[in-house]
Amino acid sequence: MKRVAITGAGTINALGHSVGETHAAMAQGRCGIGPLQMRDLDRLQAQIGAQVQGYREEDHWSRQQITLYDRFTQFALIAAQQALTQSGVVIEGELADRAGVILGTSGGGLSTQDENFRIVYEEGKNRVHPFVVPRLMANAAASHVSMTHGLRGPSYAVSTACASSNHAMGQAFQMVRTGAAPVMLTGGSEAMLCFGGLKAWEGLRVMSRDACRPFCATRNGMVQGEGAAVFVFEEWDHAQVRGADILAEVAGFAMTSDASDIVMPSQDGAARAMAGALRDAGIAPEAVDYVNAHGTATTANDRTESAAIAQVFTDHAARLMVSSTKAMHGHIIGGTGAVELLACIMALRDGVVAPTIGYQQPDPECPLDVVPNDARDARVDVALSNAFAFGGLNAVLALRRA
Amino acid sequence: MTPSVKDRVIRILAEQAVLQPGDVLAEHALGDLGIDSMGLVEAIFAIEEEFDVEVPFNANAPEDSGFDVSSVASIVGAVEGLIAARAA
Repeated sequence: MKRVAITGAGTINALGHSVGETHAAMAQGRCGIGPLQMRDLDRLQAQIGAQVQGYREEDHWSRQQITLYDRFTQFALIAAQQALTQSGVVIEGELADRAGVILGTSGGGLSTQDENFRIVYEEGKNRVHPFVVPRLMANAAASHVSMTHGLRGPSYAVSTACASSNHAMGQAFQMVRTGAAPVMLTGGSEAMLCFGGLKAWEGLRVMSRDACRPFCATRNGMVQGEGAAVFVFEEWDHAQVRGADILAEVAGFAMTSDASDIVMPSQDGAARAMAGALRDAGIAPEAVDYVNAHGTATTANDRTESAAIAQVFTDHAARLMVSSTKAMHGHIIGGTGAVELLACIMALRDGVVAPTIGYQQPDPECPLDVVPNDARDARVDVALSNAFAFGGLNAVLALRRA
Repeated sequence: MTPSVKDRVIRILAEQAVLQPGDVLAEHALGDLGIDSMGLVEAIFAIEEEFDVEVPFNANAPEDSGFDVSSVASIVGAVEGLIAARAA
């Protein structure tokens, strides 16, 4: 079994167009949620979201690239480039044949579907652009990252709703750990903030119309975001030999299934995933300092997740810092675990724990130190990152300070 | 004056090939212009939009499509044929 280092990170999300900007925003407790800007907004009940601001695709891509890259692919390519640049790993020769990319996404090219459904159903046209399929497919982002960087080993997309990127990163972790691949790019990307995407979520009646307030007594639902984060996972020795700066160690991973309900979360499934990740890492629950919660700000998730944390950590739960950064960057669905891993890296590397902003009033059902409203300086040696998806699919990563 | 069908087809192919229209000659094959199979499919889409026609083209069997793509001139001729058929 090999140790797994994170040697590069990249992101674009509502908090910034880079890891530096995102970490600064997280440390400041800045909120990336605001009024949505999109077509037919007046027909949506929830009119807020965490949109990527100041982004013009023509500043990044040629016309020909834009015809092939849905917004979720664009975000993934931007994040992957940043991660590779920071890592400094050179993808060539035998390494290129073995290195790959595994990315999470839930909606894939949902905006492409939305636009083209409009064209054929609403506008009644009988013709769509020839590249609709290669744009909308869920593996488009992973494929374009592979093509752009010459990654010729194992590459695929993982789609497990809100746990997609944690499942993806867990798979990449296992590949590097077992020696199947010395280097893997991994993370997730999502761009669901289109009319059809939001209308579908509206149907579930779980969207907040004012703010995302995880673990707060006044919470009233989730707020959607968009963006991507991509990391370079690298065999520890490979990274050390080339003198790479190691951002953190991926120490363990576990996934469980509730096998009970398609939308209601289960305490047992979440608890088994957290306990499993710690067991896999060989880390005692008492050694954990910080948990980046799934923390969606729905009634059911936050109550269930709190109970699961109490079950796994018993007395230590009271000393544990648990924050949900979704109050800042929104719920990025299939990309959310990846963006949230950035908060874990900031805690481990910089000793700054991102807050749960918008927190107004404790909920007796969520008796946690949620690092309310202001970031906290603290030494963090071990962090967990939780993701619990619709469909009862849970994926938890354990990270250790490098 | 409305541009001719030939000029409009050449403009579409030139855009696809990232060339000036003046550099696209009637005798050119698409390969000469650097237009690959996906580029051809995009160009056909643009032709359908431009002329409001349905191009009977199957990328799996280009030679059986009834739409000759062997040269710029043959494409212009095929488009003129489709326009005439639609008018008839």
